Amino acid sequence: MNRKTLAAAFPHTVPVLMGYLSIGVVFGWMLSAAGFAPTWAALMSAFIYAGSGQYLGVDLLKSASPLGDAAFLTLMINFRHLVYGLSMLEKFQGMGWRKLYMVFSLTDETYALLAGVSAPEGVNEKDFYFAIALLDHLYWIAGSILGAAAGALITINTEGIDFAMTALFLVIAVEQWQSNARHAPVFLGAAGTLACLLVFGPDNGRFLIPALAILVAGLLLMRPRLEGGGEQ
Amino acid sequence: MTTLQIAALVAVMAAVTFLTRALPFLLFGRGGQPPRVVLYLGRFLPPAVIAMLIVYCYRNTSFAAPGGWAPGLIAGLAVVGLHLWKKNNMLSIVGGTILYMALVQLVF
Repeated sequence: MNRKTLAAAFPHTVPVLMGYLSIGVVFGWMLSAAGFAPTWAALMSAFIYAGSGQYLGVDLLKSASPLGDAAFLTLMINFRHLVYGLSMLEKFQGMGWRKLYMVFSLTDETYALLAGVSAPEGVNEKDFYFAIALLDHLYWIAGSILGAAAGALITINTEGIDFAMTALFLVIAVEQWQSNARHAPVFLGAAGTLACLLVFGPDNGRFLIPALAILVAGLLLMRPRLEGGGEQ
Repeated sequence: MTTLQIAALVAVMAAVTFLTRALPFLLFGRGGQPPRVVLYLGRFLPPAVIAMLIVYCYRNTSFAAPGGWAPGLIAGLAVVGLHLWKKNNMLSIVGGTILYMALVQLVF
């Protein structure tokens, strides 16, 4: 990868730069407020590299969640990644060792960029994809470290800062609502989870396990209707 | 928590996250077509799961006193309203969080 490739990739990543710096700062700050050293923010952003997953991670660390529960919740929140990979199968072919990194770094934002861009004349396509993925990852790490350092240095009352996770999910929900014509899955998800919460109680988020089973079963039952009703 | 416990939790989160990204390549990388039911769930499960996670975020809501439910409700409505209005992730998330912090620290 050379400077020309980086220079070609950089303008495409500016929106992600803005987004990742700010969301990353909030993540780092939340982690600091929960009492963890900035090193952990840097490590999590380098090796987990998932926005909503790491917001949830703050919650899991703060409550010293058992490993099994942490694994299950992380799986839930990152389930959507399964779909991204499907549409990148061809793009990443022939990238050698870098393919592993491309798969690791396939976040929502990088996915959106890669799905929409093509390399300019004279720039190797695979180098170009790699540069985009790498730049995005660096922005995310930088934002997290900034936020964690700020959180460690500036001592204000941070009670309630963990609401940022709720806010992030609400934003995702609004965007999904607007891009989908079918809203039945949203109601199924809310009602099914609420029912399990009332039956099993809130401890450790274990009510999400039966809730997920209900969602999958419910969606399978609704399949003829949801799929048969014409494309959006 | 000890450093080892923190590291174990971070490692589990990293491994599971990577697994969700790698699975399609492992399963269908050799040219196989994913079953239609997988594509169907891939399309309709994420909105249901986000709704599920929002309920998870509100799991500790209590109706014993206004402080147990009003800040979350007001700030949540503010996030949705802000996002419908300006469509700016940062504004919606930071604005809603600051409002929530103000409500729990100063009002309730």
